[in-house]
Amino acid sequence: MLSKKAIVQVLFLLAAVMMIGYGAWRGEAGTVFTKAIRLCMECVGIG
Amino acid sequence: MDKNRSHFLVRFRGLIQAGAALLTNIHLPNFLKGTLYQGKGKYLCVPGLNCYSCPGAAGACPIGAFQAVVGSSKFRFSYYVTGILILLGVLLGRFICGFLCPFGWLQELLHKIPSPKLSTRRLKPLRYIKYAVLLIMVVLLPAVIVNTSGMGDPFFCKYLCPQGVLEGAIPLSLTNAGIRAALGKLFSWKFCILLAVVVGSVVFYRPFCKWLCPLGAVYALMNHVSLFQMRVDRDTCVSCGACAKACPMDVDITRTPNHAECIRCGKCIKSCPTKAICYQYGFGDKSKTEIKEN
Repeated sequence: MLSKKAIVQVLFLLAAVMMIGYGAWRGEAGTVFTKAIRLCMECVGIG
Repeated sequence: MDKNRSHFLVRFRGLIQAGAALLTNIHLPNFLKGTLYQGKGKYLCVPGLNCYSCPGAAGACPIGAFQAVVGSSKFRFSYYVTGILILLGVLLGRFICGFLCPFGWLQELLHKIPSPKLSTRRLKPLRYIKYAVLLIMVVLLPAVIVNTSGMGDPFFCKYLCPQGVLEGAIPLSLTNAGIRAALGKLFSWKFCILLAVVVGSVVFYRPFCKWLCPLGAVYALMNHVSLFQMRVDRDTCVSCGACAKACPMDVDITRTPNHAECIRCGKCIKSCPTKAICYQYGFGDKSKTEIKEN
C-alpha cells in the first residue's frame, strides 16, 4: 500500500514526464536548443 | 541508503562537486577556441545553474532555457523546462545544490578562504527573496514585458545572474576581441554583482544560493516531495543539537529533515556523535522526525 507522500511523488513524476513530452511536442525543445547554441547577449552582459 | 553509504557520499562530496562541474562543462577545448558547443546536448537542461554561453557547457541552463521559451514569440509558458525541473526536483531535490551545482561549489570554495565568517541565522527572512526572483524575473517579466515582435528579455539572466559573466563573458572576451569590444554598462553592472557574490561568499556560506538563486527556489519547493531525503533515527538521537549547530544552511534537521533550505551537504551527518542521521532514497516518507523529549 502506497503512502500519501508516495502517491504525491508518483503523481509529480507522471506530471513531469507528461509536461516534458507535451513541451517537446509543441516545439519548446527546439526553442531551448536554438537559444543554447548561440551566444546569449543578455547573459554575458552585451544586452 | 545505509549509514555507510551516507558517510561515503559526505566524505567525497568535494570530489563529486568537482566531477559534476567538469561534466557540466566538459567541452574544455572550446575555452581556447572561444566558441560554444553546438551539439544535441543543448536540447537538454543541466541540473545546476550553469550558463549556456559558457564555452564548455554541455547543456542548457534550466533557468535560461525557461526564460528563452516564455520570452519567445510562440510561447508564454514552458512545459518542457518545467517538466525537467519537476523531474529533477522529485528525483534529487536540493541534493543538486549541495552536490551538482557548479556555482554552489564555487561559493563553497570561496568560503574556504581564511577570513572572519559571519552567521546568516538572523538573516533568515532574506531566503524569501529567491522566490520573488523566480516568480518576477524568471516567470512573469519575460512573458509580460514584450517588444513589438512579442519577445521578452530573460530578466534574470540579463540583470542578475553572475554566471553569465563568470562562465560566458570573461572566458569569451579573453579569446574574442569582438566580444571584448562589445561589453558595456550592462557587463559592468553584472560584473559588480559577481564581485559582490564572490566577496559575500568568503564571509557568508553560499549567499547566492540562500537568498537569490531561482533554481534553488524551485528545488527548495520540491525538497518536501523529493525521493532524496534525510532520516533522523529517533532511537539513537540524543537531542544534543550538534547537527543544528553544524548546519551552514541554518536548518535544524531533527525538526524538519526535508526543510526547503537543506541542500543535503551532510554536515549534520558528519557532526552527529551517535550517527543518528543518514540519507534515504525512495518513495514515501523516510524521515521519521519524531525525537524523544528529554
